[in-house]
Amino acid sequence: MERLTAPDCVERASEEASGLTTVQVDEELRLDVENVAFGLYSPLAGPLNQDDYLTVLAKGRLTSDLPWTIPILLDLSEEEASGFSVGDRVALAQGGESFAVLDVQEKYGWDRKTHCECVYKTLDPAHPGVAKTQEMRPVLVGGCVEVFSPSPGKYPRYRLKPRETRFLFREKGWRTVAGFQTRNAPHIGHEYVQKTALAFVDGLFINPLIGKKKSGDFTDEVILETYEAAFKHYFLRNSATMVTLEMEMRYAGPKEAIHHAIVRKNYGCSHFIVGRDHAGVGSYYGPFEAQEIFEDYPDLGITPIFFRNFFHCKRCGGPQNDKICPHGPEDHVNYSGTKMRSILLEGKRPDETMMRPEVVDVILRHKEPFNP
Amino acid sequence: MSEDKVAVMIPRELYDKVREKIAGTSFTSVEEYLALLLENEFPEEAEYSEEEEALIRERLKKLGYIE
Repeated sequence: MERLTAPDCVERASEEASGLTTVQVDEELRLDVENVAFGLYSPLAGPLNQDDYLTVLAKGRLTSDLPWTIPILLDLSEEEASGFSVGDRVALAQGGESFAVLDVQEKYGWDRKTHCECVYKTLDPAHPGVAKTQEMRPVLVGGCVEVFSPSPGKYPRYRLKPRETRFLFREKGWRTVAGFQTRNAPHIGHEYVQKTALAFVDGLFINPLIGKKKSGDFTDEVILETYEAAFKHYFLRNSATMVTLEMEMRYAGPKEAIHHAIVRKNYGCSHFIVGRDHAGVGSYYGPFEAQEIFEDYPDLGITPIFFRNFFHCKRCGGPQNDKICPHGPEDHVNYSGTKMRSILLEGKRPDETMMRPEVVDVILRHKEPFNP
Repeated sequence: MSEDKVAVMIPRELYDKVREKIAGTSFTSVEEYLALLLENEFPEEAEYSEEEEALIRERLKKLGYIE
């Protein structure tokens, strides 16, 4: 369900907002608020109230029992929060521009340690999610939002809303659609997974995550341009499409895998591809924890497609997996993102069995293809 | 039974398997679980007004998603 102001009411909403107490939010929270408004975070209507927040932490569900695993929170300082009361309507602004209103339902305190343990399963400050949590402010505000001035996004050409993607799938005649989440430039292993999934569904929905990511991840520009190159040369328009998802990456492993699946369900996908260590970072999560967690959500409403181990086999030729390749590890080459990254950083080209040459061309055109 | 529901019969053995599966979960009945599975298999289609459909179609054409 969308929470966007009707076009003929936008001017009035903007005028109303100018007379309200204004709460400043950062770019990441603006994206979360817009994603709520677009329906990507359905069934959420805004930042979580306390009961929902605590239930999400404890059970990975809302108080309604609907699956939800990543808390969407509006955090403020004591001073900021004292500027309005429960029951008030406030304007939300980012970069000095008001874009939404929030009907305040609750203000409450929270415990960072419990939050990190439940969401990230670690208290290690080296985990990007833990580091971010430590910087969050002490008061959480819950309520319902309505967005009257959504941003065009970083790549407006690729930023579609769920009502648009569902329409697109219908126009293409796709009854089943596999969503693929990525925060990387594509290598042959990704392509193998995507096309294997495509054998079982009508359409493939490549959905790169555009937004704040950790140091060492590919830049958004590289992710998008490499996928454009891959699409041009290696995919069929009739069976694959690409839309960007503007959202912060949390690196919460299993919990985030469920969150990613819910978002793709809201786009209209019937299936969601989950690989090894989905949404993971370092070694905080077991390699298949992000697949095992789906057993706790038989009511998720989207079917996961799991991929375990796949590699290039020198003897079979091309990508294989451990269910179909009879050869030993001496013939296997892993699709190692870390290894490809170091090759690229040296200005060299990964082997064509690892990455398509057109994709490599794009990466090497960028002076800094990775986040600093 | 309300007029908007229909009784469906399934083999007892299957019913018992489902009941065992949902034990300890938030599902309160086998019917609730089976209804959810079937709802996922037959999702509700989004409805669009003529005006919205025209706007979305135009936008998707402009962006190159459809011809």
